[in-house]
Amino acid sequence: MVKRFLYSQKVAPYVFVLPFVLVFLVFWIYPLASSVGMSFQKVTLGQEAQWIGFDNYAKLMGDKTFFKAVTNSAVYMVLTLVILIPFPMLFAVLINSRLMWGREFFKSSFFFPALTSVVVAGTIFRLMFGEMEGSLINSILGWFGLDPVKFLKGQATGYIALVALATWRWTGVNILYFLSGLKSIPDDYYEAASIDGASSWQKFTRITMPLLKPTTIYVVTISIYAGLAMFIESMMLWNGNNSPKNIGLTIVGYLYRQGIEKNNLGYAAAVGVVLLAITMIINLAQLAFSGMFKKEE
Amino acid sequence: MKRTWLITLLVLTMTTILWGCGGGKPSASGGKTSVLDGGAGQSATELSYWTFVELHGQHFEKMLEKWNKENPERQIKLNVTVMPYDDMHNKLSIAVQTGVGAPDIADIELGKFPDFLKGTPQLEPLNDVIDPYRDTVVKSRIDLYSKDGKNYGVPTHVGASVAFYNTEILKEAGVDYTKIVTWEDFKQAGIKVHEKTGKYMGTADTSALWQVSQLLAQQGTDLTDDQGNPVVNSEAMVKALKLLKDLQDNNVIATIAGGQPDTEEAYGEFNSGNYATAFMPLWQMSRYTNYMTDLAGKIAIAPIPVMEKGMPRSVGGGGTGTVVTKTAKDVKLAKDFLAFAKLSLDANKEIWNTLGFDPVNMDVWNMKDVTHNPENKFVKYFVNNPFDVLNEIKDEIRLIKSTPASPTINNVLCTVTLNEIFEDGKDIKQALDDAQAQIEQELK
Repeated sequence: MVKRFLYSQKVAPYVFVLPFVLVFLVFWIYPLASSVGMSFQKVTLGQEAQWIGFDNYAKLMGDKTFFKAVTNSAVYMVLTLVILIPFPMLFAVLINSRLMWGREFFKSSFFFPALTSVVVAGTIFRLMFGEMEGSLINSILGWFGLDPVKFLKGQATGYIALVALATWRWTGVNILYFLSGLKSIPDDYYEAASIDGASSWQKFTRITMPLLKPTTIYVVTISIYAGLAMFIESMMLWNGNNSPKNIGLTIVGYLYRQGIEKNNLGYAAAVGVVLLAITMIINLAQLAFSGMFKKEE
Repeated sequence: MKRTWLITLLVLTMTTILWGCGGGKPSASGGKTSVLDGGAGQSATELSYWTFVELHGQHFEKMLEKWNKENPERQIKLNVTVMPYDDMHNKLSIAVQTGVGAPDIADIELGKFPDFLKGTPQLEPLNDVIDPYRDTVVKSRIDLYSKDGKNYGVPTHVGASVAFYNTEILKEAGVDYTKIVTWEDFKQAGIKVHEKTGKYMGTADTSALWQVSQLLAQQGTDLTDDQGNPVVNSEAMVKALKLLKDLQDNNVIATIAGGQPDTEEAYGEFNSGNYATAFMPLWQMSRYTNYMTDLAGKIAIAPIPVMEKGMPRSVGGGGTGTVVTKTAKDVKLAKDFLAFAKLSLDANKEIWNTLGFDPVNMDVWNMKDVTHNPENKFVKYFVNNPFDVLNEIKDEIRLIKSTPASPTINNVLCTVTLNEIFEDGKDIKQALDDAQAQIEQELK
């Protein structure tokens, strides 16, 4: 009986996907549903939750700090997309090129920062971007005769520090994604193109870029999510969740502030639901735009 | 070939993710844990204690030895965990409210205390163990940690604010700090210091309210009204910040890395002699002896300047209430030990000896053998004896109330408003009106 069950071609697939489905239900659907529920409640730990309808959302709409957090996350996401998609793609192509010398060396050195913990990296970047004259970046500015800058106290300079940290950390990872995509492009296409007299640039735009599209879409999708959900980098860079004038406050940072620091879990859940909505809208739009939902031809 | 690549990639991705978690953990679970046995025997009860100030553990270590010697039947081992400020309070808040994982004893900083008094406090009332000492200690310090007549926290110090002057810089500029009485005197001295040495007389704090509290106390006002509602755009507040802004515009004070004197970055700045003055509660002394060792023998303590002669010259600043949680293993033992370790006469002497704090038992302030002990590291470090100053301002130490609105007020002023005023030069009245609106919105 057991044997028949296990060997059944109809049942086996479900048995194999069951662990995933369970994990998905318990760790994804359940928390998601309960967050949505909580966002309509006033929740204080240790006390009975009260249903308050749309009060949390109404409050959210009038909350300037929340909009500041949304703007910060959005700007950060756009900046990381602008830097962390084209450059890693270019580097991957260079590293993949036959003419490249010391390929393995570059591959591993680009990847190395991803192995460090955000906590350590953030702390080191905080010191590098310190406002004292003696901090690394300010000493470098000093060689060019420039005055020290209070990087972590200004909005624009704060973004520079955040994006520098993200670039340093994630360039290598994105290069690897693109490299694995490049490996799946058959050499024949390039050979054929060469015979037809195509230039390197033409090969890049006509063969590499179109065939890398699935990889690119994947990288864009996770980058959008990672950009909007960024939190630890900011927390480490500013040594806590409270940056001057909230220049480093992200959506998740605000969720943490309301939920954990202020013990206002219902309101925090509303923040989370809005974050989910924003991420889904942007990503679905992006995926639809890039044709991911069309049937393969 | 392709497959190996894919596998390598997968493995690498996974290690990255795992590394990420591994790296995050230490800060997440937080801090250092050490078990103090204080000469306790096998049968000792182990109590856990969370703090955000490493030094507080040292004080408990001393008191623990005494306790275990005096109470052989009720010996204690203390499991001390030191965590960063925000981390510890966040974790403690979740732990006491869910009733899972809280320590027996914990330090809660004044700025966070109101959060723990919301609703029904999940802390043990300490009235019965405080009662025997009630007449000996400063009442207002206990009131800070109370709700509806129940005392939930044991205070650590008075935290009288004083001025710390770097005499070396002042001498170089030809300034006599003992002649500084009013803010006008301070301004003139500061202008001289900046002209002669290029250094700043003091700091314009952007991430703490020490100076603001001092200036409000002088005018006899507060950050909240009698009902505990925020009034951060009051006339007194505008006057206080105008005074500080004027000092900044005249190069007397300047913003400092870290945003205020009690930060690691600022210790470095002070230690290098870039700023001559800090207006801080007396416990800043321990920061000097621990983190600013180059300044030994150069720092003098004096009363803070006032707007007009005769105004009160000090305010209690900061504070730590030590609490016993409802989930403590042995509530009675924890409470008795806590009172012994922080309120007894011995404890008050040790709070000065070990921590360099101004004890809440003010009788100690007059015990010359304790306060003027030439072997004491604080007595050795500073130019003059802090208690000479403390006794002079004893009756002028005011209090800034701690109310349910206080954590929000602190957060808005210290992250946004003070930065706008001192870093961006935003109009003071406007910045304060914005702050008031923001605070009211958040408290809705």
